[in-house]
Amino acid sequence: MKSKISPAVLRGSALALAAALTLTACGGGGNDAGGAAPEEVSADDVQAALEEGGDLTIWAWEPTLEKVVEDFEAEHPNVNIDLVNAGTGNDQYTALQNAVAAGSGVPDVAQIEYFALPQFALAESVKDLTGYGAGDLADTFNPGPWSSVQAGEGIYGLPMDSGPMALYYNTEVFEKHGVEVPTTWDEYVEAARALHAADSSIYIANDTGDAGLTTSLIWQAGGQPYKVDGTDVTIDFSDEGSTKFAETWQQLLDEDLLSPITSWSDEWYQGLGNGTIATLATGAWMPGNFTSGVPAASGKWRAAPLPQWEEGGTASAENGGSSLTIPTASEKGALAYAFLDYANVGDGVQTRIDGGAFPATAAALESEEFLNAEFEYFGGQQANQIFAESARNVPEGWSYLPFQAYANSIFNDTAGQAYVSDTPLTEGLKSWQDASIKYGSEQGFTVSE
Amino acid sequence: MTTASPPPAALGTQPKPAKRAQKRTQKRSWSGWLFIGPFMAVFAVVFLAPIAYSIWLSFFRNQLVGGNGFVGLANYSQALQDSQFWSSLLRVTLFLAVQVPVMLLIALLVALALDSGRLYGKSFFRISIFLPYAVPAVVASLMWGFMYGTRFGLVGNINSALGINLPNPLSPDLILASIGNIVTWEFIGYNMLIFYSALRVIPKSLYEAAEIDGASQFRLVTAIKLPAIRGALVVAAIFSVIGSFQLFNEPAILQSLAPNSISTYFTPNLYAYSLSFSGQQYNYSATVAIIMGVITMVIAYAVQLRGMRKES
Repeated sequence: MKSKISPAVLRGSALALAAALTLTACGGGGNDAGGAAPEEVSADDVQAALEEGGDLTIWAWEPTLEKVVEDFEAEHPNVNIDLVNAGTGNDQYTALQNAVAAGSGVPDVAQIEYFALPQFALAESVKDLTGYGAGDLADTFNPGPWSSVQAGEGIYGLPMDSGPMALYYNTEVFEKHGVEVPTTWDEYVEAARALHAADSSIYIANDTGDAGLTTSLIWQAGGQPYKVDGTDVTIDFSDEGSTKFAETWQQLLDEDLLSPITSWSDEWYQGLGNGTIATLATGAWMPGNFTSGVPAASGKWRAAPLPQWEEGGTASAENGGSSLTIPTASEKGALAYAFLDYANVGDGVQTRIDGGAFPATAAALESEEFLNAEFEYFGGQQANQIFAESARNVPEGWSYLPFQAYANSIFNDTAGQAYVSDTPLTEGLKSWQDASIKYGSEQGFTVSE
Repeated sequence: MTTASPPPAALGTQPKPAKRAQKRTQKRSWSGWLFIGPFMAVFAVVFLAPIAYSIWLSFFRNQLVGGNGFVGLANYSQALQDSQFWSSLLRVTLFLAVQVPVMLLIALLVALALDSGRLYGKSFFRISIFLPYAVPAVVASLMWGFMYGTRFGLVGNINSALGINLPNPLSPDLILASIGNIVTWEFIGYNMLIFYSALRVIPKSLYEAAEIDGASQFRLVTAIKLPAIRGALVVAAIFSVIGSFQLFNEPAILQSLAPNSISTYFTPNLYAYSLSFSGQQYNYSATVAIIMGVITMVIAYAVQLRGMRKES
């Protein structure tokens, strides 16, 4: 290669560069929000669609749905379902938003977590199901998940599961070091110190900054940092609940009592298995993941009520939990609704409970069979009683932002800095608040502190 | 060193092999378009259209509340005042200033060593140094991510085996250097190959003449080899500049391992990506992409001018 490169070559590569850059910017445009009345689809229409059959594409990552889909197809041989795992959580939302923006490749049913649903509802990317008769299901579901699928007047999905929180702990670790299982967060900090002092490889928990956990614990503490009224949004992380959380967590951070491992990573599964992560505060949907992801620790873990912010309290919170929705672009609404009804109201509920999921229906939560089920993984513990109790004690009045998915994606940019530097957590939450306000304002919301 | 053919004329005005100059002036022939038509069609669709579409997008703003509207140059003025954008640009510039010279220097040394003919097992070294380039960047980042782990990774193993405490390569202070290490590892082979092929075509007679004159090996390198491969050096430098500004794969993969070290605006490309895919701000994302494209073009062009100056 002896020639100098010609300007044309350079121009070419520059163009190629620009083209490559712009590829990331494709899509977008055209979701003009028209406030159309919800579609009216009667039960007969749904029945007719079932008999006629057809193909359904479902985007979901919930593992227990596989069996539900199998059963549904067996019951309705004309229906052919393609169950696609398009990613977990945010990855799937990204794919869904892109499909909606592009106007093609949109699934007929999509799993959406409660915290992200308002965003899809606001953009009318998912159908309002009141016209399908979803309004009659109010008493079928528990109040928590049921209120989570509503936005304004509309019902934008059917609750699939819920995530009342519990504290999972490795009983072997606690027993070995003679530490009591904490019942308050102050005791939790004490336990963290005791365990880490006994063996420096043990941490009470892993945390590298998790928006979901943070908001759930603030929720439990009675905080209401988000207030949403249509497009008027208030974001304020200086209320009492948020402060309680920040002060307690700050102690854990200052003393390096939290393992710097990100949840769902390989190291995390290893840590849960080998006893270096002693507890995990999360939703009641976790047992299934324990069984499949940490088989080595079977029998070592137990569930306990979430530690309290005040001694003698009973407050809990929701963490995760998701609904099944029908994207607006789907042309198979009736058939899709038939599946939603089967999976979340009908026989699918029991199938999913058997698979280890935590239901959102009121009947299931009260059934003796459910409450008395023994979890082999938890050494035969009747853990559902703890979860059901937790589900009843979730403080009311919490709401997520209508752009929570984005807010969560920038949590580590802002509040996450408290986990790796001297920035106090309260300051981190403040900068998260500021960044969320900035984004909300840019998106046309009226945001105040 | 000879200069090869002059730059090809601009597209569309390529002179066909005219029999006579005067004949062309009499009647304008369109048959040339017939030949380049298929190319131009593809070129317009896959190169020009996306750029035009991005520019078009950048003049609008689509909000969750309020819908889509024309905003003129507002996105551009916002980007120029956007501290996150500038911090990402500063970061890749720093990356460029440190990583590219290191990488090119190592690649050059390796190429010279291979070309010297004094290396035993030359083809083995050549292929092993080139091999990392054949590993997809995503796989390479994952692999290095595991090695960087202080608990269960290579760094963790070294720590526990030797009883030392190495700094965490994924901490905010070191993450840029760690990414630089991955990129260097990936692209030394590629640049080495460019340099090596340029070295191979230097006429042997030059070396013989130099030896007769009593030149040392070092003189051979500085007086013959380096000037002769200047073109290749400039090409490699430009590719590296573009590559640095486009840094995306490595930080995007490592982000899940070190979420607090790699922000959503760590590099301009990552910023454009998160604006578009988690923030649904397609229009602003397009604006950032266009500004970055222009900046990259300007810098690449400056490198080219600087690199070629002495030659003409």
